Amino acid sequence: MTLLRQALLLLWKDTLLELRRRDSLLTMFFFGTLLLFVFNFAFDLAPDKIATMAPGLLWLAFLFTGTLGLAQLFQAERENHCLDALLLSPLEGGALFLAKAAFNLILMVLVEIVVIPLFWILFNLRLWNLLPQIFLVTLLGTIGFCVLGTLMSAITLRARARELLLPLVLFPLMIPVILATIRCMEEVLRTGQFGDQVAWLRLLLGFDVIFLTAGVLIFDWVIES
Amino acid sequence: MTSRLRPIKKRKGILGGLALVTVLFGLYRSLVVAPPDAYQGEVQRIMYLHLPSILIAYLSYFLVFIGSGLYLWKREKRDDILAYAAAELGVLFTALTIIEGSIWGRPTWGVWWTWDARLTLTAILLLVYVGYLMLRSLIEDENRAATAAAVLGIIGFLDIPLIHMSVYWWRTLHQPPSILRPDKLPWENVHPSMLIALAISFVGFLLLYFYLLSLRYRLGEMRQEIIARRLTRGG
Repeated sequence: MTLLRQALLLLWKDTLLELRRRDSLLTMFFFGTLLLFVFNFAFDLAPDKIATMAPGLLWLAFLFTGTLGLAQLFQAERENHCLDALLLSPLEGGALFLAKAAFNLILMVLVEIVVIPLFWILFNLRLWNLLPQIFLVTLLGTIGFCVLGTLMSAITLRARARELLLPLVLFPLMIPVILATIRCMEEVLRTGQFGDQVAWLRLLLGFDVIFLTAGVLIFDWVIES
Repeated sequence: MTSRLRPIKKRKGILGGLALVTVLFGLYRSLVVAPPDAYQGEVQRIMYLHLPSILIAYLSYFLVFIGSGLYLWKREKRDDILAYAAAELGVLFTALTIIEGSIWGRPTWGVWWTWDARLTLTAILLLVYVGYLMLRSLIEDENRAATAAAVLGIIGFLDIPLIHMSVYWWRTLHQPPSILRPDKLPWENVHPSMLIALAISFVGFLLLYFYLLSLRYRLGEMRQEIIARRLTRGG
């Protein structure tokens, strides 16, 4: 229980900071939207092809914006030795991990709530009734991304060129999530239901649970030094 | 330290010699004694190197996982040195596997590379552990680099089954099994001398691997000694 209470307190601290500064959220919003425009110029997105390409493009946008968020995730802690202060307090590492993952999740979900409908409008997709399923898959995938991303963000914290290093170590590990979300979304957009792709949802759920647990358990060691 | 070094050096030499002899013997058995494959002909002989390489790579990643876990738990430098050494060799053997596979794939399938599940999985493994090596090289503080790498060593290994599953589903849900069937080992109809050649080759690679690992491990130890001496004497 203390773990959750500590996590909520830390989450509140980060949210407050973000509300006052609005650094991450605004840049992520803008970057996500910008990517949609870039896609429009980079690919020939004819109306008959868009439904098959939408999942991949959306996930590319989320991966890139999410990485932006992750790179900033421990910024406040890096400045003025705030991380040391946090470590001196009677705080469990797991709580810090949960708070950071949850904070990045909130940022990404906020971006996704805008970017997905915007994608539908910009590219004239008519399948508005499928949005709940699309959001469900996206949410599961985003949880996995944030959980593993927070871990990787923490271990690259003291590295040189850490903004470059982060996607290098994170993206190969994210391949199960990338594959699962994109296949699921494709199936939903094509047939309107998950069908036999439900197995992918289970894989996503498993991924989320495994790395959430692993993160909570080992985060004490991750940031100890 | 120095008094302990001699016997170790000797033991290592024996291990290296044994590895050399076994690998050579394995090559003889697989290139000369074993018959050419009924369908693929002579090209198939690369399998005697290919299969041991990938098995050794997996063994290596398992050692990275063990070393990383032990390091996080007990904080002993030797576990970290082991993990680092194993990761480097794992990358080496994975790269070897991919190269051998390409050389075999070109005459057999007509392409150097195809996005088949097994190939993709091997390539992703290579990416994950190259990331591990990059992470290590980009963190200056020795202890922090060791801790960060240990976390990645554990997470990466936990991720392998998930990557495995997803990549296989990706290739089997949408495509029927294609040209790749022939490379599956049909244990029932393999010539016994082929199996013997493969077994000897595997043992040879295993010996070679442990020889390289012991050298690489010693290198890590020496680096630690240098760091320790610098700390005590300054400069």
